[in-house]
Amino acid sequence: MNKVVKSIKEAITLCGLKDGMRISFHHHLRNGDHVINMVMEEIANMGYKDLTVNASSVFDIHAPLVTHIKNNVVTGLEVNYMGGAVGREISSGIMQKPVDFRSHGGRPSDIETGRTPIDIAFIAAPSSDNMGNCSGKYGKSACGSLGYAFVDAMNAKKVVVITDNLVEYPLYDFSISETYVDYVVCVDKIGDPTGIVSGTTKITRDPVGLMMASYATKVIQSSGLLKDGFSFQTGAGGASLAVAKYLKDLMLKENIKGSFGMGGITSYLVDMLEAGCFETLMDVQCFDLRAVQSIRDNPRHREVTASHYASPTAKSAIVDNLDVVILGATQIDTDFNVNVHTDSNGFIMGGSGGHSDTAAGAKLTMIVAPLTRARLSIVVDKVLCVSTPGNTVDVLVTQRGIAVNPKRGELKERLQASGLPVIDIHDLKNIAEGITGVPKEIKLGSRTVANVIYRDGTIIDTIKNTL
Amino acid sequence: MRRSMLFMPGNNSGMLLNADALGADSVILDLEDAVSPQEKDSARILVRNALKYLGYKGCEVIIRINSIDTDFWKKDLDEIIPMKPDMIMPPKVSSGMDIKVVENYMGEVERRHGIEKKISLIPLIETALGVENAFEIASSSKRIKAIFLGGEDLTADLRCKRTKKGDEIFYSRGRMVMAARAAGIDVYDTPFTDVEDEEGLRTDAEFAKSLGFTGKACISPRHVQSVNEVFSPTLEEIEYAKEVMEIIQVAKEQGKGAISLRGKMIDAPIVERARQTLEAARALGGAF
Amino acid sequence: MEIKKKATAGTLESSDIFVQVEPNDNGIEINLTSIVYNQFGEDIERTVKEVLSEFDVKNVKIQLKDRGAVECAIRARIETALKRAERMGN
Repeated sequence: MNKVVKSIKEAITLCGLKDGMRISFHHHLRNGDHVINMVMEEIANMGYKDLTVNASSVFDIHAPLVTHIKNNVVTGLEVNYMGGAVGREISSGIMQKPVDFRSHGGRPSDIETGRTPIDIAFIAAPSSDNMGNCSGKYGKSACGSLGYAFVDAMNAKKVVVITDNLVEYPLYDFSISETYVDYVVCVDKIGDPTGIVSGTTKITRDPVGLMMASYATKVIQSSGLLKDGFSFQTGAGGASLAVAKYLKDLMLKENIKGSFGMGGITSYLVDMLEAGCFETLMDVQCFDLRAVQSIRDNPRHREVTASHYASPTAKSAIVDNLDVVILGATQIDTDFNVNVHTDSNGFIMGGSGGHSDTAAGAKLTMIVAPLTRARLSIVVDKVLCVSTPGNTVDVLVTQRGIAVNPKRGELKERLQASGLPVIDIHDLKNIAEGITGVPKEIKLGSRTVANVIYRDGTIIDTIKNTL
Repeated sequence: MRRSMLFMPGNNSGMLLNADALGADSVILDLEDAVSPQEKDSARILVRNALKYLGYKGCEVIIRINSIDTDFWKKDLDEIIPMKPDMIMPPKVSSGMDIKVVENYMGEVERRHGIEKKISLIPLIETALGVENAFEIASSSKRIKAIFLGGEDLTADLRCKRTKKGDEIFYSRGRMVMAARAAGIDVYDTPFTDVEDEEGLRTDAEFAKSLGFTGKACISPRHVQSVNEVFSPTLEEIEYAKEVMEIIQVAKEQGKGAISLRGKMIDAPIVERARQTLEAARALGGAF
Repeated sequence: MEIKKKATAGTLESSDIFVQVEPNDNGIEINLTSIVYNQFGEDIERTVKEVLSEFDVKNVKIQLKDRGAVECAIRARIETALKRAERMGN
């Protein structure tokens, strides 16, 4: 038996694709991914219509999707994150049916529970053998963890692995096993390595970012959570990385042995693992080459699935054991609701990813963001889109003060006792508007272009078309 | 209390917005070296407006004007003095006469605008002649609240290499501290110029503190926190100072003359130092 | 104030504004682009008119490319451009 077929076209035919089906993709190749575009081009050429694309995320490189949407090849879109290139078009209203946004935990949950059954999963794999044992750790397009792709492989009716590095059977260090795979296609190139992972991720040089990182580290220190067994997640943004660096120095100084670092993994978390700050890294996605190398070589650096990471319907998930998470925001309102879906003009340019999952799970959810960005306050009366509900957000750290959710009175007292500049979130907004002036309210249309589906399945907000 | 003074380029509107939120006790909005000759007018107007509209409530504001051998310094003062900044920093000050020139014109602008407050001065001393005249400069005007050593220009004037270790400015540092303390004012050390070398910065700042400097200037916001830490009294110092003051009180009440603490005689200089430590600690509040 | 020649001020960096003024025969002509036009477009236009009137400029063609500068920076850049345009010679 050999599962290798000649072309993507052949795999599509063998899988029995029909109009109206739901097909899925993962986003581990991020902005270097060629697979979504290759598959969709083939599908469009073969004349299919009315498909639903369920992709864990869509990046700017996937702008050709816009044409497929306009031509009714794609009439349904389900993502956890969407870059500005496609987002702008969606916001302007090119699609009849609203896009469904989920979170990194909500997506696998809905696939597993059958709410969004996948007909065919196309899995980009940086290496695979001829039976479909595949991995992200090896090959010229290596991306490290394949965490988001497991749920697709394990639940789709048909599974196609697409690789540019076909290896001898068996690929012993596989992530996804052959038991789930129907067909394997070998192509020249599944992606552009420079867009898949960054060579290096660097901490910010921006003084405001460093100031915030220093505050954020002191918040963690004062929270009472920083002790042996500590667990931590932070993003790949410059200020978040600076927190990881400061935190590492602090943990080493105080000889604190944490339990795990989680999430999208960067070299800074790898540094923390290697320095003994954590027992292990739980890795759903790698952001840079060091992370890829570490997950390949260091047994304490574990690949985990999206369900394990954050699913609300799994019997348990790692986010539920998380102490501290550091997250970003494009807007946060005075009720601590956070928007990471739209920009200040209401255009889609992001999505929850793991934002709302980790916020719900972590003991301390901290938003780190500069108080103003180009004459716009980060703190507003009401966010244009609720991505993460305010009752799961504990602290906002800006360069001009730290606002604590009123629900967390005890935390506020701890921070004040440490001499941190604690300030009411309304006062932060007033300070910001003292600098920027009061912005005119943005007018949006009345048509819903996207639903934001919270991890529990409820629609917590809808995104309206831009005018 | 002023431990750190952070330089910010005067013509960068984005940086001016956040100048007071970077943890420095003072910011120096720079119209001199950070601004090219063609942009002097632009920076002057931008800094003037920043002072007028942004307020800078979080920290002290110092304006570094251009030196008196240029065509710019009077125009700088014309625009800046009406905004009543905390201090003016004239660069390349080499004598008491230089201060008189600046001071006279400041007085003129203040009178013109009916400003009663006499704006303070922190001369930047960065020439061989300036260091030799440090005491004369420090005591030349009541406006002068501190003097500040500039190591980069100074070593050019001395025709020696500026090194990280700083042996070449050792004499100048000592001379500056002596002059400032003799004149009863504060004294600030030259910035550490390697932005990446945090350990080097700390060593340099600790050395400056050991010589008697009040604080240190920073060219990068990344240095501010370390400089603040080095020039703040430590918890041990504060504890010791408290004990000294307590035992002095007890001695007074009991009418004792000579007293000792931890086996050491407590004399007037130790009491004075304890008083300064506690004053600094109070000024800093919970900030450290 | 009379605009005697073309002059510019400011930059295209974030939080700054680039301003160009030119002589104009008949009145005030404002051409504004801004990354925060939806939120502050009207405010910026009002600021421009205020500064022009402060300096008693009646005829000018003024082009502004705003990168999210705050009001005091916008005022500073316009004032600089106007003063540069008034100066004779280079």
